[in-house]
Amino acid sequence: MIAANHYPILQVIVPLMAAPLCVIVRNNIIVRYVATLASWIALFIATQLMMRVMDDGPIRYVLGGWAAPLGIEYRIDLLNAFLLIIITIIGALVSIYGRFPVEKEIPESRVYLYYTVYLLALSGLLGMTVTGDMFNQFVYLEVAALSSYTLIAIGSSYRINRKALVASFRYLVLGTIGGTFFVIGIGLIYMATGALNLLDMAARIQELGGVADSRTLQVALAFLIVGLGLKMALFPLHLWQPEAYTQSPSSVSVFLAATATKVAVYLMMRVLFTVFGSVDLFATTMFDEALLILAVMAMFVGSLSAIWQVNLKRLLAYSSIAQIGYIILGVSIGNKMALAGSIVHMFNHALIKGALFMAVGAVFYRVGSSTLDDMRGLGKQMPLTMAAFTTAGLSLIGVPLTAGFISKWYLVTGVLQSGHWLVAILILFSSLLAIFYIWKIIEVAYFQSAPADAQPVSDPPLSMLLPMWGLTLLAVYFGIDAETTGLISQMAAEYLLGGGQ
Amino acid sequence: MSPENLLLLLLLIPLIGGVAIVITGRIPNVREGATLITAGALFWTVLQLLPIVMGGAQPELHLWKMMPGLSLTLKADALGMVFALVASGLWIINSIYSIGYMRGNKEKNQTRFYLCFALALSSVMGIAMASNLLTLFVFYEVLTLVTFPLVTHHGTEKAKKAGRTYLGILLATSVGLQLLAILLTWIITGSLDFTEGGILAGKADGVIVGILLFLYMYGIGKAALMPIHRWLPAAMVAPTPVSALLHAVAVVKAGVFSVVRIVVHVFGIDLLANNAYSEWLLYVSGGTILIASTIALFQDNLKRRLAYSTISQLSYVVMATAILTPISVVGAIFHIMAHAFGKITLFFAAGSIYTAAHKTEISQLDGIGRKMPWTMGAFAVGSLCMVGLPPTAGFISKWHMLVGALQSDQLVVVAILSGSSLLAASYLFPIVFRAFFKAPPPVEDPHHDHGEAPLPIVIALTSTAALTIALFFFHEIPLTLAKMVTGLMVIP
Repeated sequence: MIAANHYPILQVIVPLMAAPLCVIVRNNIIVRYVATLASWIALFIATQLMMRVMDDGPIRYVLGGWAAPLGIEYRIDLLNAFLLIIITIIGALVSIYGRFPVEKEIPESRVYLYYTVYLLALSGLLGMTVTGDMFNQFVYLEVAALSSYTLIAIGSSYRINRKALVASFRYLVLGTIGGTFFVIGIGLIYMATGALNLLDMAARIQELGGVADSRTLQVALAFLIVGLGLKMALFPLHLWQPEAYTQSPSSVSVFLAATATKVAVYLMMRVLFTVFGSVDLFATTMFDEALLILAVMAMFVGSLSAIWQVNLKRLLAYSSIAQIGYIILGVSIGNKMALAGSIVHMFNHALIKGALFMAVGAVFYRVGSSTLDDMRGLGKQMPLTMAAFTTAGLSLIGVPLTAGFISKWYLVTGVLQSGHWLVAILILFSSLLAIFYIWKIIEVAYFQSAPADAQPVSDPPLSMLLPMWGLTLLAVYFGIDAETTGLISQMAAEYLLGGGQ
Repeated sequence: MSPENLLLLLLLIPLIGGVAIVITGRIPNVREGATLITAGALFWTVLQLLPIVMGGAQPELHLWKMMPGLSLTLKADALGMVFALVASGLWIINSIYSIGYMRGNKEKNQTRFYLCFALALSSVMGIAMASNLLTLFVFYEVLTLVTFPLVTHHGTEKAKKAGRTYLGILLATSVGLQLLAILLTWIITGSLDFTEGGILAGKADGVIVGILLFLYMYGIGKAALMPIHRWLPAAMVAPTPVSALLHAVAVVKAGVFSVVRIVVHVFGIDLLANNAYSEWLLYVSGGTILIASTIALFQDNLKRRLAYSTISQLSYVVMATAILTPISVVGAIFHIMAHAFGKITLFFAAGSIYTAAHKTEISQLDGIGRKMPWTMGAFAVGSLCMVGLPPTAGFISKWHMLVGALQSDQLVVVAILSGSSLLAASYLFPIVFRAFFKAPPPVEDPHHDHGEAPLPIVIALTSTAALTIALFFFHEIPLTLAKMVTGLMVIP
């Protein structure tokens, strides 16, 4: 099959081409079908790519027939194939989930624009993931970023939900700084190595004798890490994130929270382990200690902030900051098990957070608010939504037989193997903090009855319930049977640590 | 049916029962019938496994691979059989009791109640039959979660607070300490499978053993070693059948069962006996026995007094294990059973008094024995068992503990055992005395006077009292099982 050979580029092209189509069509209903279809095709392609990588090893795809140093190369190994699955699963489910919330939260005249920009964001994230060229990564990063700013503000205007404009603007300012840092880092590496292809960079850096002797490379690495740190909302560069997730329309919160920051983490893994992986980076620099400290701080600051939130979206946003902490912690430890923990947690956390944001979105859709007080009595009134929230919440806490437990198991094993006892204890205890903020919500929903003057509400339509429960069940299933995800993460980690060769 | 399938049935029967309970939820009589049939079927299955295990076989069943290299596995051995027998057997009686209690007190959400009970029993079977630490941990955590709705059954502010304490302590200890200990064990030994003589034996020594022992013992919050015992009195807000089966039998016994399992099959008795850093457990558990008994003395609320009595009795099991002689471990295992029968009788009696007379405080019980002779008679039997006097099962476990302590010259233990028996006598016997020999307060309204509790309750509590005595005379099977665990009896 000819198309099968071109899956790497089709992965990006399909949503990218669907976007202008949406603008041309302008019919809200047709546009919705186009976006949904494109998202599901993307999921199909991602699974095909995953299967091929598992069977035949990494795929190299040369864009337009121009070989690597001159042209752009797409390169897919286990790690980014796995990430493609994460992004496209969420994309496919959000495209179905979004129908009713979008109609409610976004002015009718802009609905087709929502789907357009959503498709652009999707293709940006997918592009960052598939490409093996660093400058190309930057281009897609900007595509994704610009469309994210738009998505956050798309439901608001001067009159309604003005806060979203501020949130979007703040994200724009900080996101642009992040993007700029990233591109400066690329420029510096290009200066030192003359390469943009990730593997070429890695080879040249090895020839140069690593980062120890090259001030240029050290500075480049610092710029890249700060830039990506901003993009992934790593403490203390997370300030844009809570408001951005809180003020954006429900389906946008789901999509961004589950995917966007993960891709930034993926880029950081590529930089640290593929580009600089051929040299013993952590032995010659202090980047690992720095990341370790920031990650631990993120775990605690994120979870402790989440405990005090009364707006559920903001609460989940702070929780995400803590979860990014766990992922980066595994990266900073940098042994096989810890890195596998980071990778499997990117997947598990996407499922869990996606499900949680969907449940909160469903509450917002029915009740018109996502504050704690308005959750009273919802355990009885929206039983299916709250059951999904509770189940996904347990997975976030990491109780056994849920996906969160698997992440914790890998991460703590890796940390213990590296001899960081104290850090292992900190991980376990910070994960207990999740009990506080999840249980707070469960208690309000189940133990308090709805106020007398409140409108009776019910579970949302099936098109919201099904994706929500789909993710929830996946967040449980991959805790009961983590053979596949565990194996993929371990192999991906091994491959990364081997320098990506 | 093959032994492996029987193992699977142990997990499945309560789950299927749970489904049946939900389906028949609208017709209470059928629903309760489903509970009773399920409980009976579960006990029958355990009985089918019993001769196989006593014949020396250890059937094993791989459930599924959870992570690469780690699978959930069940294995029936002598120790697990003791726990499975107690829990499944008492579930039948407890179900009869629940029917009388829940209807007598017109409790709400009864379907949820019976469902959670069935789920709890399924996880108890998983704990009993777990053949590695991961499986044990998984079912241990599931048990915590499915019993949470039972503790908070009434949905009141008080229940909510108790639920917080319950979940907070149990999850914090298991995730913070036990999980860490399990992962450390895995990294040190590369194995999580329970083995005769211990996984850690020969692979760890010195202070690391002491640290691991600390992490495990305090990681098992359900064993309620002080100072992590607070969840147990808090959980007493639950309806009495919950207190009876879960907080006298299933949940707390899951705790001490795990203690015995881990000491015997993860550390190995010999490893700990030769390690200087493991001695503290003896003193912590001894201290818990004495302090909890003393606190029990001053409780006027009957259920609270029983809760503190439970804390002290649980530490009997821990201390008997910590003596680290085979004979004392036999005592510990036997006490899991003996205490279960005795304590469930006491809780049944407390619930019976509440149902018939709506009394919860001990000071209100003057002369109640004349109106409720069966209840208070059973209470007296349960008290004897707690103190450890013949002709009750409590005597046999205490006997083995004493022999073990004397064999290893641990006179402190002997002192603690006798002191705590005195304490137990002084917090339980006055209740019996008050009930039978003090004059009842004058009845204000003769039309609202009460008699004995509803019939199912009386049947349940007399049968557990009878079992407490029967276990004194017919102790052959549990004692054999306990001796098989410690290698005192070898089946060829």
